[in-house]
Formats: sequence, structure tokens, C-alpha cells
Amino acid sequence: MANKFVEWIDARIPMTKTWNIHLAQYPAPKNFNFWYLFGVLAMLVLVNQILTGVWLTMNYVPSSEGAFASVEYIMRDIDYGWLLRYMHSTGASAFFIVVYLHMFRGMLYGSYQKPRELLWLFGMFIFLVLMAEAFMGYLLPWGQMSYWGAQVIISLFGAIPVIGDDLTLWIRGDYVISGATLNRFFALHVIALPLVLVILVFLHIIALHEVGSNNPDGVPIKKPKGSVPDEEKPKFKFHERFTKKYDIVDAIPFYPYYIVKDLVGIGIFLFLFCYVIFFMPEMGGFFLEPPNFAPANPLKTPQHIAPVWYFTPFYAILRAVPDKLFGVILMFASIVLLALLPWLDRGRVRSIRYRSILHKLNLAVFSVSFLVLGYLGTQPATPTSTMFAQIFTFLYFAFFVLLFFYSKREKTKPVPERVTS
Amino acid sequence: MSNAPVDKGRRRFLTVATGVVGGAGAVGVAVPFIASWNPSARAKNAGAPVEVNIAKAEPGQMIRVKWRGKPVWVVRRSTEMLDGLKTHEDRLRDPNSEEPQQPSYAANEYRSIKKEFFVAVGICTHLGCSPSYLPKEMEEHVEGVESGFFCPCHGSTYDIAGRVFQGVPAPLNLVVPPHYYVDDNTILVGEDKGQA
Repeated sequence: MANKFVEWIDARIPMTKTWNIHLAQYPAPKNFNFWYLFGVLAMLVLVNQILTGVWLTMNYVPSSEGAFASVEYIMRDIDYGWLLRYMHSTGASAFFIVVYLHMFRGMLYGSYQKPRELLWLFGMFIFLVLMAEAFMGYLLPWGQMSYWGAQVIISLFGAIPVIGDDLTLWIRGDYVISGATLNRFFALHVIALPLVLVILVFLHIIALHEVGSNNPDGVPIKKPKGSVPDEEKPKFKFHERFTKKYDIVDAIPFYPYYIVKDLVGIGIFLFLFCYVIFFMPEMGGFFLEPPNFAPANPLKTPQHIAPVWYFTPFYAILRAVPDKLFGVILMFASIVLLALLPWLDRGRVRSIRYRSILHKLNLAVFSVSFLVLGYLGTQPATPTSTMFAQIFTFLYFAFFVLLFFYSKREKTKPVPERVTS
Repeated sequence: MSNAPVDKGRRRFLTVATGVVGGAGAVGVAVPFIASWNPSARAKNAGAPVEVNIAKAEPGQMIRVKWRGKPVWVVRRSTEMLDGLKTHEDRLRDPNSEEPQQPSYAANEYRSIKKEFFVAVGICTHLGCSPSYLPKEMEEHVEGVESGFFCPCHGSTYDIAGRVFQGVPAPLNLVVPPHYYVDDNTILVGEDKGQA
């Protein structure tokens, strides 16, 4: 009976085939480590955001008069409204945590290198859309930070010569941030951007499954056809789409093996996620900032304003430059350079395990700069903090410049033929 | 089916012509979607001028009003504040108000009509935060300057005439809105004198 049903479906859409190609007969390198959890966690958080987001929309009022009160209404009067909202607000921060770790994994193991350039680019677009999504979502509660944060970010576009002022007016739809801005951000946040995000995630996975996953050794698991004796091939059945052109080595099927591994990771993640939701949903002012518990007041900027933590590294770069236009350019450049990594890194060795000391140091300095900039971005601007921000902005950019020069003739360690276990 | 030879030139012309006409149509369709983001007629009409009563303002006091949704400040400056303006002109970006950030009648050394009352839009010219008014505590941010405005967002500093200091992210002096004195005790913000 069940078989007949599956056959009936398969004659109409390629259900079993898709299942096999992408899961049950998809060869994944056997040496994935802890770092390879964050992709699946990002998908989990995306589902969480969409689900809780849809439910929040049911009671949220997108208007400058009603927004703040409706969020309080959700928090106080709706059954479990507080939980849905905290799942959504904590989910936003969790999204960035797992995405940053996911991106860092790509940098550690050179996952952006040929032939995964497009995969990396789709990922960078996802990151951009995610930032837009988070930024617009943050305006919706219509608190003081919502209002002034949006004011600052939209004003960034005013730095563009000639068209800047008209452009900011067009984005706001009013002479200041107003209900018009709130309503369009709501529309983009709940419909347009999630659609784009889901499509990009789909493309990201299609691109991944076309070229195959990288792994902590950065060694391909696809060998030339006929070069591997049968006894060295894994005892699993992989889809002929993968085995037609190559001999696959050191791989296991994604389902059930990595699904089970990921479930353990998901369990640990959910444990931490729930801890934050139930015991520290504001995360000491980092996930939900204190001034946002006061309704938006267009006449008064809070004493100290800072974006939510996941924007602060870029914000610190913006603030480090004592020139409006150049500051904005540098901030956008800090993201564009990341997207250009596949072309800036001219080395052939992917994994940090086999790259030079110089590269290890460079990546370490870059990571520290990113974290320090993130910290500085949360702090008020003082001459000392600005000076530090300038130093670490320099180091952040130095990573890309140095990488471009040394990667061509880098002294690397010998790379093994096969992945190590 | 006809077996006539394919006229490649004609086919290319038709393909390009169809593409161009279709493209023009797409641009046309995009217009309403883009134009609907402009400020609505209602938003444009909401810019009525605002009256400010300054009869009770003490020296050093600031009055905040809302004009076109933006904060507008009226500061009654004390004599010390006005005297202090000359001491730091070498550290300003635009000490003589050459940039068009004010109406011509406020393009003077005090950036105001009457030197006592400073009227300005309280929006930082960097990224649009509203700076804090520091009548006494400005020394913390700029050495030797007692009073002025400090933007908490990115640390831009302005003197008590809204003139921006060098070495901060803000590029321009604070905007002085069109305004005039209806009588000795009332300022109308949002209109030039004689305009109706």
C-alpha cells in the first residue's frame, strides 16, 4: 500500500530521487567536526523565526500609534505571548551567533576557495539580507532604540554624494522616521525579505550539493574515476549522480549519519537557547536594549545609543573614521571584502591545518579585531575608544591586504592525499 | 511549415525590438512601486510653522519644540556663552558659516537674528541623532569650551552657535531653520519674515 503510494508520487514528482540525492545517498565527508553544526542550526533558527514571526504578526499593530502598546499587549495579555516574542527576539541574536560561527568555519577551512566561490557568495547575500531583516525588525517595537537606531542607519545613505538626501527621504517616506517608515519596514520584514531569504537559502544548499561539502582537512573526497581500488571505497550506496564522474572516498551518507549527529548538536543548542529565553531574554541589555522599553520619542536621543550586538563591529568601523562619507564607505567595504575572499585568497591549500604560521596569525588577529570592534561598538565614544577602534579597524582591513600578498607564495605544510580521521 | 531560409537579420531585429519594448514596459510598471515610497501628500502637508513663546526663558535655558517631526531648539544664551564664541574659532570646520546651513539672516558670527536667542534644528549633521545640550559640562568633550552640544551617538561636538568642531564625524554646522520674531516674546519657526 505505502509502496504503491510512493510509486504513484514518484511517477509525478521526483520525491524519492530528491530524498536520495540530497539526503540518503548524499556523500558527506566523514571527518566533519563541531564547526559543521552551524549550518543546520542556522536553518533551525530560520524556521523558528518564521514560525514565531507569523504568530507575532497576529497581534502586532504596525502603526506609530499602536506598535509599542501592541508589543506590551503581546507580552502581558496574550497567552504565551511573552514566550513567542522572546523566542523571536532571542532567535534573532542566535541567528547571528550561528551565522558568524558558520562564516568563521568557512574561513578556517578555506571553504570559500574554488570551486565554492558561488556558494560563498550566496552565503554573503544571505548575511546581507539577514542584516536588513534584523535592522527592519528592530524598528517594529517602536521603542527609543528602534527609532534612533533606524534614524542613524537610514542617515548612512545620506552620505552618498548628490542623491543622498533624496534617497533617505525616499527610504523614510517622510521627513523624519514616522509611521510611514514603520509600515513599509513591517511589510519588508514579514513578507519581502523572508521570501528572498528562503530563496537564497535554497540556492545556497543547491550550490553546496553541486560541489559537495568541504571538510576540516580541505582535501577533496572526489577522486578521478577509476583511481580508487574498490576495497578503499566506503561501503555505502551513493547516488550515481555523484559516482558517475568520480570515485568517492571517506564519505558517509548525510542521512542517517549526519542527521543523527546534528540532532545531538540541536539538542545542546536548544538547551542553551531555552536557558536564554527563560532566564535572561534581555541578555543583560545585549539582545534587548534597555532604552527600547521606552516608547519612541523623536525629540530626544537616549544618552548612549548603540546598535544590537551583532552590528557593533561594523558600527565601530563607521565610528572610527572622522569623516561621514569615508566612514560609510569603509563600513560597507568591510563586508564587501569578506564577499571577495575567494579571489583575495590566492592560495591553493584550503585548511588552516596545513597553512603557514603567518596565515594562522593573520586569521587570529582578524578574529580578535572583529571581537574587539564588536565590544567597542557597544561602548560610548571617547577619544581613547575611538583610537582603539581605529587601530583594530586597520588590523581588520590588514587581514585582507596581507592575505592577498602572501597567499600566492605561501609556505604551506604538505597536504595529505586523504582526509585524516 | 515553410522551408524558407531564416532571415537572421530580421529575426535579430524582432528579438531586440521585443526586448526593448518589454523593457520599457517593465520600467513603466516599476514607477508606481518606486514612487509610492515618496512622502505622501499628508506627510508633505504636515509642515506647518510652530510658535515659540520665549518670554519666560532664563539665560542658559533651552526650549524644545517639534517642527516637521524634528526637534527644534531655542536657547537663550548668556553673555558668557556669547563671549566664549570667539575663543575657539580656529578649531571649527566652518567658523564663518559659509556652508548654506542657515538662512542668510542668520549667517553671522552668532548664527542667529538676535544674538541672545539661538534657534536650531536639533539633529546632528552626521547621522541624525539629537545632540545633548551641555550648558556647563562641555569641557569634558572639548578643552576650554564651557558650553555647547555633544552628540552621544558618534561623539560629534558643536559650540553654542551650533558650529561643528574639527576632528569629529559630523561634516556641517547644525541647521538653523527659517524663523522670525512675531513680537519680542514670540518666535515663529518654519517661515521667513514676510512669507505667508
